[in-house]
Amino acid sequence: MSGAKEGAELRLVTPGEAIGASTGVRAGTGTLIMGDNIIATRVGWIRENNGVTSVDPIHAAYMPRSGDLVIGVVESVRNNLWFADVNGPFNGLLPMSLAPWKVEFGAARQQMDIGDVMLARVQEVDEAHNIVLTMKGVGLRRLKEGIMSEISMNHISRLRGDGDSTLRTLKEVSDCRVIVAENGRVWVDGDADGITFMRAVLDLVRNEGHKATFNASLEALIDNRRNA
Amino acid sequence: MGGYGDVKLLREDGLRLDGRKVDEMREVEIEAGILPAADGSAWVKHGLNVAVCAVYGPMEAHPRKIQRQDRAVIDVRYNMAPFSTSDRIRPGFNRRSREISKVTAEALESVVLVERYPRSKIRVEIEILAAEAGTRCVGITAAAVALADAGIPMRDLIVGVASGKIEDTVVLDLDKAEDNYGQADLPMGILPTTGEIAFLQMDGDLSVEEYNTCMDYNLKAAREIHVLMVDALKRRYAEKNGGEA
Repeated sequence: MSGAKEGAELRLVTPGEAIGASTGVRAGTGTLIMGDNIIATRVGWIRENNGVTSVDPIHAAYMPRSGDLVIGVVESVRNNLWFADVNGPFNGLLPMSLAPWKVEFGAARQQMDIGDVMLARVQEVDEAHNIVLTMKGVGLRRLKEGIMSEISMNHISRLRGDGDSTLRTLKEVSDCRVIVAENGRVWVDGDADGITFMRAVLDLVRNEGHKATFNASLEALIDNRRNA
Repeated sequence: MGGYGDVKLLREDGLRLDGRKVDEMREVEIEAGILPAADGSAWVKHGLNVAVCAVYGPMEAHPRKIQRQDRAVIDVRYNMAPFSTSDRIRPGFNRRSREISKVTAEALESVVLVERYPRSKIRVEIEILAAEAGTRCVGITAAAVALADAGIPMRDLIVGVASGKIEDTVVLDLDKAEDNYGQADLPMGILPTTGEIAFLQMDGDLSVEEYNTCMDYNLKAAREIHVLMVDALKRRYAEKNGGEA
């Protein structure tokens, strides 16, 4: 998470490092109880909240949860379903029944072929990590135009800002349509100028998303664009 | 027994040929996150050994027959570059690299929380750029740092270290001459926090006392290397965070 910057109380831990005694606290994500200690299982920042100790990982793979908005890339097509890479450890499955089109059996490729990009929502994830996607819902569609880029999972909140404030500003300044999906993929569409600006923003997020100076750099970039 | 023919591995003053004491390690340097394309990566220099490790994943395991329904599989590929030794190594997999890939994967499986990612695969690529004895240990150390850098959950950072016997003396961290002409070699994969052993091989003969001394040396070295591994990981993110760790 982006909790990295503000405070001296934040402590960076590495796997196997003892965080503290396990009595009276519950082990949250990124931690494990071993003997009398809670140990970290990931490189990240310790967070304590309501008696739960967890580690906010600095780098983590996307783990799909039902309801997540994701941008997927079609990896393979069967007669009546699509498999999409959702930037996670497992491919998502989009059955014909959850697609927005009526397609005949065997004609799935005519709507979406390998390499096509879709905006979908995670319908369900079972305990064996089978992911079912859906494209039935407002705004869910095949993305035909614009650019797709990837940012680290822990930078998503930096790009969105508090209550999506940063994202709103960026949309207004760039005059682009921007979708930041939960799986770390960002879709941008607009005129060439706006896309170039958004590319610069995404580069900044990737390279400086961890730095305390990120917000200042982003504001400078936005001011630059406004004054141009 | 005194080494191999008339090769002297210990000097008159009790030091080794490169001037190290019997319980002294070669110099170790570690960097994390050196490859932008990989999910996690590490560079380890241990004496004259140089290893680079890249980690990709977790990703869907292909072909499907390698999938495990209850856990992830770790796919390790250990490879020595053709130019890593004075004799050119024929590129590609060979029997030795296959064996080291297998034992490394088994060692890593005991520290990575593989049950978190059923049916998936974590790809670990270890490339030895320069070799001077003990490359499997360097590979394990590099893999541990790269896995941590990739955000893969682990119980501990596993460290690869080796001790051995030359001229009836137990020594820590064999170099090339000691490895080639010594009497025994004992590489280990150690979990430094708990002192558990996840990987152990032995080449040659050691008495129980000698084995115990090797074990003590390895544990001590593992804790020293562990400090460097933690430092490398924290340094990487401290830099990214504007200097505060």
